[in-house]
Amino acid sequence: MFRTHISSLLYVVVFAPLVGAMINGFLSRYLPRRAVSVLGVGAPLLSFVAACAAGLGFLGLRAEDPAFASVTANLFNWITAGPIDIDFALYLDPLSMVMSLVVTGIGTLIHVYSIGYMHGDPSYARYFSHLNLFMFSMLLLVLGRSLLLLFVGWEGVGLCSYLLIGFWFDDMAKATAGKKAFVVNRIGDFGFLLGVFVLLFWLEGSLDVPTLRDMVTAPDSALAAKGGLITVVTLCLFLGATGKSAQIPLYVWLPDAMAGPTPVSALIHAATMVTAGVYMIARLNFLFALSPVTMAVIAGVGALTALMAATIGLTQWDIKKVLAYSTVSQLGYMFLGVGMGAFGAGVFHLMTHAFFKACLFLCAGSVIHAMHEEQDIRKMGGLGKYMPITRMTFLVSTMAIAGVPFLSGFFSKDEILYNAFVLQHASGAIPPWLYKLYFAMGMTAALLTAIYMFRLYFLTFSGDLRSDAHPHESPATMTFPLVVLAVGAALAGYIGLPDLRVNIWHHWLEPVFSDGVTHFTSTGNHALEYGLMGLSTVVALSGIAIAWLFYRGSWNREPARIAKSLSGLYRLVYDKYRIDELYGALVVRPLQGVARWSHKWLDAGLIDGVLVNGSAKAVRGMGSVARWAVNGDVQAYAAAILVGVAVLVWFIF
Amino acid sequence: MTLDTFAVTPFISMTLAIPVVGAGVLALVPREHGSAHRWLAFLFSLLAFGVSLSIWTNFDATLAGFQLVEDKAWLPFGARYTVGVDGISLLIVILTTVLTPLTILSTFTSIRKRVKEFYISMLLLETSMIGALVAIDMILFYAFWELMLIPMYLIIGVWGGPRRIYAAVKFFLFTFLGSVLMLVGIIYIHLKAGGESFSYQSFLDSGLAYKEQLWLFAAFGLAFGIKVPMFPFHTWLPDAHVEAPTAGSVILAGVLLKMGTYGFIRFAMPFFPEATGAFIFPIMLLAVIGIVYGSLMAYAQSDVKKLVAYSSVAHLGFVMLGLFALTQEAVQGSILQMINHGISTGALFLLVGMLYERRHTRMIADYGGIARPMKIFAALLIIITLSSIGLPGTNGFIGEFLILAGTFREALAQPGTFGDANFKTVLIILGVLACTGIVLGAVYMLTMVRKVLFGPITHKVNEDLDDVNFREFFVLGCLVVLVFWIGIYPNFFLEKTEASVKATLDTYKTRMVEHRAFGVAAADKVRSELKEVAR
Repeated sequence: MFRTHISSLLYVVVFAPLVGAMINGFLSRYLPRRAVSVLGVGAPLLSFVAACAAGLGFLGLRAEDPAFASVTANLFNWITAGPIDIDFALYLDPLSMVMSLVVTGIGTLIHVYSIGYMHGDPSYARYFSHLNLFMFSMLLLVLGRSLLLLFVGWEGVGLCSYLLIGFWFDDMAKATAGKKAFVVNRIGDFGFLLGVFVLLFWLEGSLDVPTLRDMVTAPDSALAAKGGLITVVTLCLFLGATGKSAQIPLYVWLPDAMAGPTPVSALIHAATMVTAGVYMIARLNFLFALSPVTMAVIAGVGALTALMAATIGLTQWDIKKVLAYSTVSQLGYMFLGVGMGAFGAGVFHLMTHAFFKACLFLCAGSVIHAMHEEQDIRKMGGLGKYMPITRMTFLVSTMAIAGVPFLSGFFSKDEILYNAFVLQHASGAIPPWLYKLYFAMGMTAALLTAIYMFRLYFLTFSGDLRSDAHPHESPATMTFPLVVLAVGAALAGYIGLPDLRVNIWHHWLEPVFSDGVTHFTSTGNHALEYGLMGLSTVVALSGIAIAWLFYRGSWNREPARIAKSLSGLYRLVYDKYRIDELYGALVVRPLQGVARWSHKWLDAGLIDGVLVNGSAKAVRGMGSVARWAVNGDVQAYAAAILVGVAVLVWFIF
Repeated sequence: MTLDTFAVTPFISMTLAIPVVGAGVLALVPREHGSAHRWLAFLFSLLAFGVSLSIWTNFDATLAGFQLVEDKAWLPFGARYTVGVDGISLLIVILTTVLTPLTILSTFTSIRKRVKEFYISMLLLETSMIGALVAIDMILFYAFWELMLIPMYLIIGVWGGPRRIYAAVKFFLFTFLGSVLMLVGIIYIHLKAGGESFSYQSFLDSGLAYKEQLWLFAAFGLAFGIKVPMFPFHTWLPDAHVEAPTAGSVILAGVLLKMGTYGFIRFAMPFFPEATGAFIFPIMLLAVIGIVYGSLMAYAQSDVKKLVAYSSVAHLGFVMLGLFALTQEAVQGSILQMINHGISTGALFLLVGMLYERRHTRMIADYGGIARPMKIFAALLIIITLSSIGLPGTNGFIGEFLILAGTFREALAQPGTFGDANFKTVLIILGVLACTGIVLGAVYMLTMVRKVLFGPITHKVNEDLDDVNFREFFVLGCLVVLVFWIGIYPNFFLEKTEASVKATLDTYKTRMVEHRAFGVAAADKVRSELKEVAR
């Protein structure tokens, strides 16, 4: 009874944004602007309310029955052919519940903000239509029960990302950035699909996640014994995750994606879509945890990405680019977390990051709005005087991401680093020094995070304005979401407070991750945890101090001097390690070259020129036969059919 | 597979007859009533569509054999008028009756000369296409198969672009070359089977030896392979598409190419199961080459129509791969992918045609930024593009997913270890290469979309292009509905094909895989066997 209510609510959660997208997409020309706004914001709000209600119902059921794990809402049978049998079914469990609350909650706030931000845009309705369509796809990704349904959402969010990055398509650079995002994601999706096929037919698993879990965790599971294949499957799926979640080697699209409107950057390219890879791994934790190699690769890629993106973040001057690299870096932490088997910690950071990074992007949007589309922080400064709310919310979020004690990012990042220090795969296949290396990389990245974030804060909000703009605080539709998100950024960490009698967060997600975490052993204790917490605090505060000295205090000539003395290295980092150029030279241009060359020489030259037209010419050379071969006389062809057939029949018999 | 001889309501014959009657009526209407020809042609094709729906509703999806069969004596030497549908042909028949009226509607303003003859050709083309799909007598099939060529030849040669004669003759000679050999094959099997009947069943039961089958498969396979078109027989296609008027391209890509893939699954494979086995590896290899090569060629084009033509080579590569993977889901996926390709490529040609009608150029460089003046057009082009690159939620995804899944399942069901020189390894590598088509498809299609729709307007004339009008919107809207219908609820279509595909595979698969081999050894084997037969 309760369950049917939850099922119906799930339909509302997923389909309300779709309805909004369709009405605003098809009928907006008949709607007044106000109706477009109401619908555009109302649809995700309804979705959020339904998600809350479903969550409450879920809480109630779990209170009655602690073993209660999930609700499935099966809409219809989607694909049936041969052994493939996939339902269009939604699946609510503690993980998807948390995710859908984050997506709808933060999504709704960003929709509200968009009313103000996109206020004067001629394509206002198209914007809301795409943004609602994104919500639909993301919720399908989160709530899809089958891996293939997750994939529908997975590619759907990629589509919306493509459409919204290229939203101002008159600008070719923006349209190109959208295409780049789609194509790079498709490379990841190629891996994802391969993973799906190997999982289905080689591993003889299932695409239905709960079924797969039962197959893997069954005693004497034949599936769990095929370790090598599990490594193949999980690495293929992880390739998909590196595309969607902008990790090495496929992160290159995300900085370019900043071409989209800033609320889009906040929602899609910071808070929700880019976390899909982390979510997918957490969803399949029972499978990933079986492969120590994959897990070590994930954690390593995460740690390396966190470090590398942080160094780039130090050098950029575009406010959104700094935040974009910061996002890449923070996503790296999440992968470090899930790769260490700390699935709960990874998703915890996902959640806190959604708050503070969404807030940071929306603040950046507010600043860009106030500065009349200026994004270069060298031309800003002193904006705190003009925009107090934006400044305060930005500061809170900056402290949270930098790891200032007692704010959300402190708890979540610290937990990942602590786990990187103490956890190791139970198989013992991975040497412990590798994990220590990851920890060191993560700690270094934490220092850099504090530096580049406070560099950004000081250059933007303190000191004096370095241009002749007339900045002003943004309207309430924009500042209200900032305040809510900043409160979240400050307080969201407390549901995962370590060392209370019960850690609410981990207790809540325990049923989802119980199978995955058994493959990792911990050498930790509370003393160590407090010790590392102290270390993180020192790191964060020293980072802030360095940023203060460099960009606010008396060492303000130092950054330029360092950049000059290390100019080769500085240029390399500033140019993002020239990875784009590398891919251009290794992949893009060769592909174009091969295509043009083979079209010219192989297709037009060899096949058509020599073989086809060559033989036609040879025939024509033979004289009379040729005359009607080229004059297009159909009767002649008909006669030829008869004669030819007669000859051939005679010849054979 | 019993052929019922007594009366059912002859829905199939009615569907076949209506366009012919329409053509006759059009012939009687005087030339000066141009728009009357248009509307009459549209109404008759619409009527044919309506009747074909009765075929759909009277079709029992639980049965494997031919249904709604009609059988009459026809020619004195044993050829009969026997028609019927099963799960393999049904969807393509409906695709034909859906696409024809929509295509006719799309030509209302673009065909200006010889209007009457054009619509007569279109209606005769429809009948011959449906005829080739429903015929279950080999002479009847062959008659329709050849008959198809004539109206299409005329459509390209009379209403086409500047190099239309070259393109039409090339089209004709290419397809004709294959067909003649197929006719010889038909006569050979007929004589071999006792010389009394040309019925489909008698051909199935003809009991051909393996070595005979090899020759016959080569003859049939060439006819069908050219039509598909499979690499390296594809070069007639870009020329034909570029020169054909929009309507010609839509029908050519939408239905005519499917005659090739349909021919394989309907005739070549069940008639010659052992020989099919011997050809599985070369054909799958050519199919995958078609996917990758077609995509690369499409990427190199500066002419939109050529780009779409080469994309067809890639898409049909997927279909061929699925058919020869010989698993239930792959073959069902292939049949669905034939429909998908008809819808999305048909729609792409319609969209290109709408641009051509406005600007009289097909060069990508002549556009750019037209999403601004043509908003609805842009939305439609993006939707169809997504369908073409197989985005989940659209029809293309279902087809490609099932084909690739079936290919991998077959690969992994093979004995041996991956990495050794065996069929398993080969099939896995082919499957992975086919998957790259998913990335390449996005590359060339989105590059085209970006260059045509986005960016600043670089040619002043493009600033006030008219957006699609209601008629154009209706035509494309119907196709968009199908795109999502198949993408979201594919079972509605898949269930129709299930029983027939299952019966075909159950009956023939073991015989086919018996001779499956790969690589140089296989080629040598086939070659030496062919030589021996020749001697």
